[in-house]
Amino acid sequence: MIWSTLLLALREIRRNVMRSVLTILGIVIGVGAVITMVTIGGGATAQVRDQIASMGSNLLMVTPGKRLGPGHSSDSVLFKASDGEAILKDVNSIAAVAPVSSKNMQAVFGNQNWSTRVTGSDNQYFRVTNRSIRVGRQFTDSELRAGAAVCVIGETVCKKLFGGHELLNENIRLEKLSCQVIGILEAKGQNTMGMDQDDIVVIPLRTYQRRISGNKDVSMFQVSVQEGASTEKAERDIRLLMRERRHLSPSDDDNFNVMDMKEIAKMLTGTTQMLTALLSAVAAVSLLVGGIGIMNIMLVSVTERTREIGIRLAIGALEREVLMQFLVEAVVLSSFGGLIGIVLALIGSFILSGMLNVPFVFNASIIVIAFLFSAAVGVIFGYFPALKAARMDPIEALRHE
Amino acid sequence: MTANYSDSQPLIELQGVTKVYGIGQAAMHALRGIDLRIYEGEFVAVMGPSGSGKSTCMNILGCLDTPTDGIYIFKGVKIGQLTRSQSALLRRYYLGFVFQGYNLLSRTSALENVELPLIYRHVRSSVRRKEAIEALEVVGLKEWKSHTPSELSGGQQQRVAIARAIVTRPTVLFADEPTGNLDTAKSHEIMDLLTALNRNHDMTIVMVTHEKDMASYAKRTVRFLDGMVESDEKNGVK
Repeated sequence: MIWSTLLLALREIRRNVMRSVLTILGIVIGVGAVITMVTIGGGATAQVRDQIASMGSNLLMVTPGKRLGPGHSSDSVLFKASDGEAILKDVNSIAAVAPVSSKNMQAVFGNQNWSTRVTGSDNQYFRVTNRSIRVGRQFTDSELRAGAAVCVIGETVCKKLFGGHELLNENIRLEKLSCQVIGILEAKGQNTMGMDQDDIVVIPLRTYQRRISGNKDVSMFQVSVQEGASTEKAERDIRLLMRERRHLSPSDDDNFNVMDMKEIAKMLTGTTQMLTALLSAVAAVSLLVGGIGIMNIMLVSVTERTREIGIRLAIGALEREVLMQFLVEAVVLSSFGGLIGIVLALIGSFILSGMLNVPFVFNASIIVIAFLFSAAVGVIFGYFPALKAARMDPIEALRHE
Repeated sequence: MTANYSDSQPLIELQGVTKVYGIGQAAMHALRGIDLRIYEGEFVAVMGPSGSGKSTCMNILGCLDTPTDGIYIFKGVKIGQLTRSQSALLRRYYLGFVFQGYNLLSRTSALENVELPLIYRHVRSSVRRKEAIEALEVVGLKEWKSHTPSELSGGQQQRVAIARAIVTRPTVLFADEPTGNLDTAKSHEIMDLLTALNRNHDMTIVMVTHEKDMASYAKRTVRFLDGMVESDEKNGVK
């Protein structure tokens, strides 16, 4: 009986293909939108999570200026290399401190030309940012002390200048500075903000100060806190130390900033997740609208088929058999909508994830949930029209023109 | 006035059946106390002018409607106020219907239309097909089984409707103005078919009509007037 009811429903749907397609459009869009949102959102969240994991644990950034954002360079006092040494010496549970000064520069090799970010630092930089050298070596102490013209380049720079060949010991030119490539970094991809972390050239800090900036300033410090130690405490201690070193009175505001990168990343994850939830909720509303569309068409269908219902009742169909007939029809319709929506969403989110540069994360549970939900929409919104059909008086229904 | 069958048990018996639509001042008495007995193998024509209550009586006999008062005995069983499901099952297993407007499912083949009552009887599809083709053969439309109602003439549609009604071999066949929408030639064909069913298949038939010509095919005529039985007599053999 269930099988024949299903066949009947399919035949009824096929009879009005155009109308059926229009009816389920709402469900298709609803299911499609929800799954796409969740898939893209899930991909973005996964990406942020991966970046947190790759960022090096317990990373703090010490920057000059009052706070994050514009206006921190004008009246702020820059750091000196000694500030970093003091942090490592005076604050407990610090694993490493890397001074960082950087500038966007043109790098040239042969006839290849690439604008990249040149960072002056030391070997601690690789440790703090959790990066390893794929080919070659890091700086030697004498190179660091002497400010030698050597550099370690990122994957992107290697691709752009050397065409991907690992040309160690070749000299590249950074504006007026010619320096020898001694290492190539392991590729790391984009960071949380969408910046390419492999588009980088690292040179010794002293080389940077002497040959590029022409002063002894350090733009910021990247500080790695020991595993298991409290980053909050380290953050507080660094703040106190820096206030002391900068002779700030208790009434003065900080003229520097200590940021916990993990906190920022976590905040970003939270934002991504919240946005995903919000957009999915908006998309879910269209499922509701789709359900109303189905109810509307089913009501029209019941009125149109009043005579048919009358015939069935007169022949001896039970109320619940007529109810089932129309309910199954609504559920089949909405499930079809769900299935089409799922297929479109998978295709759509695959393309979108490529365009937005987020990983495509296949989420089986949301697909099952969306399908069940679309079927449930059919049951809920198909029930009232089906009940209307089942409750008809056969005599009245047969008289209906 | 009642026909002489009182020696055996009637198939259908109405005792003092009334039907009132509406209440109070607006009450409309469609039936004012009907006594009627129909025996197995009979072919009864129910006649009367519009509003005489013949259709109401037919609906009550066909379990499509319930009487306001009175007793309805079907096959010796008193069936008073049946629930909707109970009367649906009674219709499913014992009764067949032919309507004035044919009432076939549109865009559905003749065969599938005839199969419909068997579906509700949960008959297996192979058996269903066989029996439906047999029924179409009885009404002479075996060759038209895959045509939809819109491809059939009015007479043919009514034959399909008759095939649908008899495919379950019902105890009683109710026909409500079966020739009402047909021209004279087609009407006589349908009446010949009904007569043949009554004669050759012992089908008990109750037919509502307001045409004397058609009523004369029946073995017995019951006339209604103002919700009462006006006359009830045997017809001469035609």
